[in-house]
Amino acid sequence: MVACGCKCETTEQAQLIEQLDRIIDEYRGQPRGLIQVLHKAQELVGYCPKWVQVRVAEGLGVSLQEVYGVVTFYALFSLIPKGRHKISVCAGTACYVKGTKMVVKAIRQHLGIKPGQTTEDSRFSLETVRCIGACGLAPAMIIGKDVHGRLEPEQIPEILEQYQ
Amino acid sequence: MAMITLTIDKQKVAVKEGTTILEAAKQLGINIPTLCYLKEINVIGACRICMVEVQGARTFVAACVAPVAEGMVVRTNTAAVVKARKLVLELILSDHPMECLTCVRNQNCELQRLAEAFGLTEIRFQGATTDYPVDDSSPAIVRDPRKCVLCRRCVSVCAEVQTVRAITAQERGFKTLIAPAFNQGLSEVACVNCGQCALVCPTGAIHEKDDIDKVWAALADPKKHVVVQTAPAVRVTVGEALGMAPGSIVTGKMVAGLRHLGFDKVFDTDFTADLTILEEGNELLQRVNGGGTLPMITSCSPGWIKFIEHFYPDLLPHLSTCKSPQQMFGALAKTYYAQKAGVDPADVFCVSIMPCTAKKFECERPEMNSSGYQDVDVVLTSRELARMFKRVGINLAALPVEEYDAPLGISTGAGEIFGATGGVMEAALRTVYEVVTGKTLDNLDFEMVRGLDGVKEATVPVGDLNVKVAVANGLGNARKLMDAIKAGTADYHFIEIMCCPGGCIGGGGSPIPTNTEIRNKRIAATYVEDKNMPLRKSHENPAVQALYAEFLEKPLGHKSHELLHTKYTPRGQYPEQ
Amino acid sequence: MKSLAQLEQLKKEMREVLKIRDGVASGPWNYHVMVCGGAGCISSNCRDIVTALKAELAAKGLEKEVKVVLTGCMGPCDMGPVMIVYPEGTFYRRVKPKDAATIVEEHLANGTPVRRLLYRAPGSTEPIPKYSDIDFFKKQHKVVLRNMLYIDPLLIEDYISRDGYGALGKALTQMKPEEVIATVKAAGLRGRGGAGFPSGMKWEFTAKATGSPKYVVCNADEGDPGAFMDRSVLEGDPHSIIEGMTICGYAIGAERGYVYIRAEYPLAIERLEAAIARAREFGFLGQDIFGTGFNFDIEIRIGAGAFVCGEETALLTSIEGRRGEPRPRPPFPANAGLFGKPTVINNVETWANIAPIILNGSEWFASIGTEKSKGTKVFALAGRVNNTGLVEVPMGTTVREIVFDIGGGIPRKKAFKAVQTGGPSGGCIPAEHLDVPVDYDSLGQLGAIMGSGGMIVMDEDTCMVDIAKFFLDFVVDESCGKCSPCRIGTKRALETLERIANGNGKEGDIELLLELCSTIKQTALCGLGQTAPNPVLSTIRYFRHEYEDHIKEHKCQASVCEFKAAEE
Ligand SMILES: Cc1cc2nc3c(=O)[nH]c(=O)nc-3n(C[C@H](O)[C@H](O)[C@H](O)COP(=O)(O)O)c2cc1C
Ligand code: SF4
Ligand code: SF4
Ligand code: SF4
Ligand code: SF4
Ligand code: SF4
Ligand code: SF4
Ligand code: SF4
Ligand code: FES
Ligand code: FES
Ligand code: FES
Repeated sequence: MVACGCKCETTEQAQLIEQLDRIIDEYRGQPRGLIQVLHKAQELVGYCPKWVQVRVAEGLGVSLQEVYGVVTFYALFSLIPKGRHKISVCAGTACYVKGTKMVVKAIRQHLGIKPGQTTEDSRFSLETVRCIGACGLAPAMIIGKDVHGRLEPEQIPEILEQYQ
Repeated sequence: MAMITLTIDKQKVAVKEGTTILEAAKQLGINIPTLCYLKEINVIGACRICMVEVQGARTFVAACVAPVAEGMVVRTNTAAVVKARKLVLELILSDHPMECLTCVRNQNCELQRLAEAFGLTEIRFQGATTDYPVDDSSPAIVRDPRKCVLCRRCVSVCAEVQTVRAITAQERGFKTLIAPAFNQGLSEVACVNCGQCALVCPTGAIHEKDDIDKVWAALADPKKHVVVQTAPAVRVTVGEALGMAPGSIVTGKMVAGLRHLGFDKVFDTDFTADLTILEEGNELLQRVNGGGTLPMITSCSPGWIKFIEHFYPDLLPHLSTCKSPQQMFGALAKTYYAQKAGVDPADVFCVSIMPCTAKKFECERPEMNSSGYQDVDVVLTSRELARMFKRVGINLAALPVEEYDAPLGISTGAGEIFGATGGVMEAALRTVYEVVTGKTLDNLDFEMVRGLDGVKEATVPVGDLNVKVAVANGLGNARKLMDAIKAGTADYHFIEIMCCPGGCIGGGGSPIPTNTEIRNKRIAATYVEDKNMPLRKSHENPAVQALYAEFLEKPLGHKSHELLHTKYTPRGQYPEQ
Repeated sequence: MKSLAQLEQLKKEMREVLKIRDGVASGPWNYHVMVCGGAGCISSNCRDIVTALKAELAAKGLEKEVKVVLTGCMGPCDMGPVMIVYPEGTFYRRVKPKDAATIVEEHLANGTPVRRLLYRAPGSTEPIPKYSDIDFFKKQHKVVLRNMLYIDPLLIEDYISRDGYGALGKALTQMKPEEVIATVKAAGLRGRGGAGFPSGMKWEFTAKATGSPKYVVCNADEGDPGAFMDRSVLEGDPHSIIEGMTICGYAIGAERGYVYIRAEYPLAIERLEAAIARAREFGFLGQDIFGTGFNFDIEIRIGAGAFVCGEETALLTSIEGRRGEPRPRPPFPANAGLFGKPTVINNVETWANIAPIILNGSEWFASIGTEKSKGTKVFALAGRVNNTGLVEVPMGTTVREIVFDIGGGIPRKKAFKAVQTGGPSGGCIPAEHLDVPVDYDSLGQLGAIMGSGGMIVMDEDTCMVDIAKFFLDFVVDESCGKCSPCRIGTKRALETLERIANGNGKEGDIELLLELCSTIKQTALCGLGQTAPNPVLSTIRYFRHEYEDHIKEHKCQASVCEFKAAEE
């Protein structure tokens, strides 16, 4: 059954749905797989829009309410599309003590977005996270999969320029 | 099971292993305050109002979830514990709108009672408050998250008892919200409008939609001919909302009260309940004899109907095509009755007093217009009727006992027992047996289909046929039967399903509180009413007989089909999609 | 792996090959260059160094004589990228890819260490070439981190060479399940995840509980901001977790284990996944392990960003695919855990202790540490301290030794103010208590806690009101919202602190905070709420004057807080 009601006619979307279904298949009918499926679904689609949640709910045999409850409980699941590069500035204790605030300030100045926002060109989204485990290099941040440590505000523009 | 001995407030008590401190204390007559606890349904230890001191424990212990242990020493009322409870309550109130005077639960609110008991005179904490918008999208249920204390009683009832899962906890921390996904309106999701959530909510955070003003307006309109029907369950419940003991029977006084309110005619849904039995009984026989879809399932509970439409749309052919008694009544009120009384059906304003929130939705279904008008104009719950009585200062106890008006107020005990789980089945069996065999039943009481068990079964010899029946109350139990049908293991002829635990006497529009003990008292009262009736079999109802003779001709006849039968709508679980 | 003898044989072979790492030059290799591949060093581009080294070695035709290995975190992360060259044990720090040529040229080709990359103690110009002579390493005692400087975490053979899976073999072939439990009990190992519950007892309860199947769970959620001990073990020595869990499976009669690991640790997930696959190939996981008929396997479950999921009941709920909300205990996981079945759940570091205990015996383990806190503890030393990184010390070591001897003291000659242990659940230890031994009970008496091992050093530039606010902000963010004291109480406490910090505090705020915080501690449902007030209570206890300064004089001694005019 077509779940989301949109008239997706492009093959790209059809493919996405097919891939999503394959992810769901691993746990079809098993509510316990919800979080693992959402991880993969989010990786595939980029975020967890309603049509994904409906499909996951139907596939695993849980209510949409429960899926949404899980999506909004866990910080890593997102209801809105993220930028191409996700900047996660560590706001863990070690980093906080060593200057998270000024790192965020520098990024805000450079990109004009606050934590929780995405740049208009969808290039970056910014968020603060709690400890990325690089405390020895505090203050630190992650962009995509790269960890940047021992940050000084002056370095920020140069680091960001590496990501287009 | 092993017994455990412990000491509570210096008294020794022996209880079964697995008992909670709260229940053990109750045995000693010690009441520990609670808020989130709902026996057997919501035992999650969330509100922390029930804290007690347990010797040797690092922190206070939530009595509602903590099992007793051998030799445990519990203090329920030390200064420290009372102070801690008070502070927790103060915190809860610091995120609560103080709107008691204008709140639907004023004077019947557990939070308000706690505040009173703890003598809170000041809230020392000011700060952010929950401000999610009110959801009044549903014709039946209103959610006001600002008043929600996140006890999750509604969530548990909806998920565990009803297995609907229309509302759950969303977000986390201070932002936590009880709602459908994406904070959609209840009308946009697979909520069945059963109102069980409203029944268990300790506060005014989730409640019935109030339609009283529409009725006051109709009563005040000289052009309107306002008729009212009262459901079987209301007469054994509404007294509670006016301070009477559970199980009080107020039939005649309620009729008097309704007249006092100004209704032109006071009729009885029991009448159309009897009619339902004739239509549905014949439908069953037709299906059994003609190879129709079996098992046939009752269709008088709109909460149940919406449930099957959402969750088992492929089983819809199993439903009886009969409308619910309320809707049969509406259709007849604006045709047969209007004709007979010589009023223009356009001027007939049809009000129902129901134990039910789902009926508010049912009366608005587009297919419920077979009289040419919306058959039932307004549905009020028992709680709303009590409010109307209160508003004009009616003291029910002091009223005389009056009779329903004829003809739509004439009924039998069979119609009356529709209010309790198993009642429709019992009424049907009384009639089917006699119609098929032509013999008189010796014992009218089919005990095996009565009572609060979730799924009840019976096999009843009717002539050559052993009729196999099942009865379920509560949608979780209904689900079990539906899964059995799907699995091909349900070889019943006839199934009765009532959406609400206990049947309509436990309906979502009933007086609060409604719990197992109270349900049992209401059920007992229902069978007393049945016994008191001169006639106890639907086919013996003279008014129904007259109706067929004068108007409908015969059960399942052409007119019946037009007015008394209906179709269902497959909805699926994502109705907004 | 079908028998212990087969394992012994493999170990012997591998030892021979790898004994160069014990300082004995051997075999075909002249040098083993161990480059730290911990998350810290990776973020300072250690992978490029490996590439550069390999290119230089190839250019010199030395690739058959010098082996380059990427290890787990070596500890001194802030000196990263770091490396150790065996057999001498030469320690290089702050190495850049362009240093590769020099290292190859001078050291690996000609045998002369590169002087400018060597470590120098703060305030000294004399280099200390060998890692084992450096205070940072010298004063540690490594049990959990035993393999960090020695193995390639991706090579199961390296692990085996250092007794890996020997304890599993011993337990399965020579010990009864009860004996395994008795050994863990006698060792006195207490859970390293925070609460310090005796692990052996937990295993025993679970073994005796009715219900099957039983489960073994590893808590790798490591949520304390400022802690990265577990991460390092997962990345640097993943097999030690697998071995510990499998031994437990045998002891309690479980056939399945789960590792719940936070999604923020992709490298740890990757390495653990690889290790599990390898362990299966070698028959340390799967059917009929060591030919004993015992079956055990492990699956990974990835968290999704909720600190509260470190709490054990929430974690189990999360594995079940639901919102990670804690539930009341009892029932404890030992009786009703994962999927309602008896479950042992232990922390990563706890698991890493198991194999050595089985191998060396309970007496050996119990001889390390103090009377009531046995063994060692790994700390993630961070904040305003010279040597940030991972350190492992015997229980009972003083805070002063950790901060000043191992940590090298406070940078820029600033004054030490306090250390915060136990993250958002913990408290601070001020200067006057620097000589407190770190063990469960001593820290508890000071209103701090051992916690999982985060140790954040703060100097005079830290405002304690701001720090309390930081932690409360964290718990308000991470509260699951189920119970009222935590959901609303921590929010109210935060709002009060915010008022104090921006100059709108009132007379009586401190007392109100104290009353509120002590009630939250007493009434919250789970450990998160029960410990959330600790940072506030402990900073008020030791730094009440700072609060008073903020309230009465609108003064922030550390100049951190910005005061605003009272809001209308
Ligand atoms: C809020 C909260 C967070 C916790 N986070 C962790 C954690 O990240 N890692 C961990 O091992 N234990 C954590 N714990 C402790 C666990 O609940 C549990 O005690 C531990 O996993 C048991 O293992 P152990 O006995 O080996 O310490 C946390 C507890 C609480 C209350
Ligand atoms: S996006 Fe997918 S689910 Fe939505 S309408 Fe298109 S095909 Fe259907
Ligand atoms: S819910 Fe209760 S406490 Fe709240 S406003 Fe209504 S009556 Fe008052
Ligand atoms: S109780 Fe108090 S607030 Fe409520 S109506 Fe009476 S006087 Fe007013
Ligand atoms: S009315 Fe019934 S189905 Fe709807 S939310 Fe309430 S309990 Fe659930
Ligand atoms: S709506 Fe009512 S029952 Fe539901 S959680 Fe809120 S207060 Fe409790
Ligand atoms: S059982 Fe009765 S009260 Fe409940 S939904 Fe059905 S008709 Fe309404
Ligand atoms: S203490 Fe906090 S985290 Fe724990 S259950 Fe209560 S609200 Fe959730
Ligand atoms: S606190 Fe920032 S990486 Fe740990
Ligand atoms: S009644 Fe016990 S915690 Fe709510
Ligand atoms: S990451 Fe290299 S020393 Fe810690």
